[in-house]
Amino acid sequence: MLNKLYDWVDERLDITPIWRDIADHEVPEHVNPAHHFSAFVYCFGGLTFFITVIQILSGMFLTMYYVPDIENAWQSVYYLQNEVAFGEIVRGMHHWGASLVVVMIFLHTLRVFFTGSYKKPRELNWVVGVLLFGVILGLSFTGYLLPWDMKALFATKVGIEIAASVPVIGETIKILLAGDSTILGAQTLTRFFAIHVFFLPAALLGLLAAHFIMIRRQGISGPL
Amino acid sequence: MHRGKGMKFVGDSRVPSMEFRKPNVPKDYSEYPGKTEAFWPNFLLKEWMIGAVFLIGYLLLTVAHPSPLEGQADPTDTAYIPLPDWYFLFLYQLLKYEFASGPFNVVGAIIMPGLAFGALMLAPFLDRGPERRPSKRPLPTGFMLLAIASIIFLTWESVANHDWEAAEAQGEITEEVEIDTTDPGYEIYSGAACISCHGDNLEGAVGPSLIGTGLSPEEIADIAVNGIEVDGEQTMPPSWDGSDEDLQVLAEFISGLEAE
Repeated sequence: MLNKLYDWVDERLDITPIWRDIADHEVPEHVNPAHHFSAFVYCFGGLTFFITVIQILSGMFLTMYYVPDIENAWQSVYYLQNEVAFGEIVRGMHHWGASLVVVMIFLHTLRVFFTGSYKKPRELNWVVGVLLFGVILGLSFTGYLLPWDMKALFATKVGIEIAASVPVIGETIKILLAGDSTILGAQTLTRFFAIHVFFLPAALLGLLAAHFIMIRRQGISGPL
Repeated sequence: MHRGKGMKFVGDSRVPSMEFRKPNVPKDYSEYPGKTEAFWPNFLLKEWMIGAVFLIGYLLLTVAHPSPLEGQADPTDTAYIPLPDWYFLFLYQLLKYEFASGPFNVVGAIIMPGLAFGALMLAPFLDRGPERRPSKRPLPTGFMLLAIASIIFLTWESVANHDWEAAEAQGEITEEVEIDTTDPGYEIYSGAACISCHGDNLEGAVGPSLIGTGLSPEEIADIAVNGIEVDGEQTMPPSWDGSDEDLQVLAEFISGLEAE
């Protein structure tokens, strides 16, 4: 039944080459922890992706309750945390995932750096990876404000001040992020919500696609 | 072109290595005499086992430590000491040093992080040699180790210098309860010394909040008369000097205040 369905689609779209490319590419011994325990360092990238997927899924569930508005944001998070079934777990996974993804992407960066894997011909993939690191940090920063509790507000104040200290364009960045040159309030919350939920995830998915297409094109770097 | 172990993969699109023109391109995997295996399903299964172990640790962390939520944001609280999430602590700490703050703020906020991030991004163009082993390229290795050491040191300094108890206290979710100020208990409360330490709405000031204490009227009366002594130190002084009748009314009033 499934085979017939597959054949029906394949006949029309010729999906076999794509699938074979994803499924059949060879994984060399030196990155396989089953053969060399020390090869676990090659797992950090995969684990970063794994947490990213968890972040997207848990984030989707959080938006079912979260209200990006200064009157209700904190109330909705409090309700989510204390009343909603498994709300504490879903929010907990998103909270801890945010920390773990930073740890994992840092370790992945170090692995690629110390194995010299960024060298020719993989320069572009490294640049995309560093951009991904930036996007992840941006997601962490914008997500920190959303619960609209004390530490969120005041940490964001500091962050916005740092952004404002950029020469020449600092003030513009500040107004773009906060929505106002002096007030950090309702506008800021909706903007951070939009950036956290739409803009940065879109950038993240685009860069991830580029990252994965490039690694399939070039293969993983050889042993040292 | 010969790929893999002689298997022909339709759509296999690895960049071909032309040994002479691109000496840095790694050799085809078939040239490593190793235990190469297919990604699907063999290797993915092993990856998934590592993922599963990781997921267990992740879930244990989630269950053991519920994510924190402080009191609702109050922009008028000017005494609040801000703290970013832990992975930004090193940047936060950097801004506290003299050479990176005040008139030199731009050094700590923009120039140093900007240089570090820029160098990281341009690493492949700064380190162009063919060597890949860390020991064979001392400069990149040295700079990265220095950066890691700085991040660890700055994070450590930040954690060590932060007053975690004050941070916890300033972020606590305060229970707000409508206080019936016409209650005779409240009149006694506001007429006595209590109000100067426990606040107009019993929300706490120098002394703790008296809302939802969970104490019986007898226990509260005892505290009011005798104070609280912890390890020989008087944390609350003996305060009550009124009549026993008033004390009874006051104690019942405070004991009856439930958090919402």
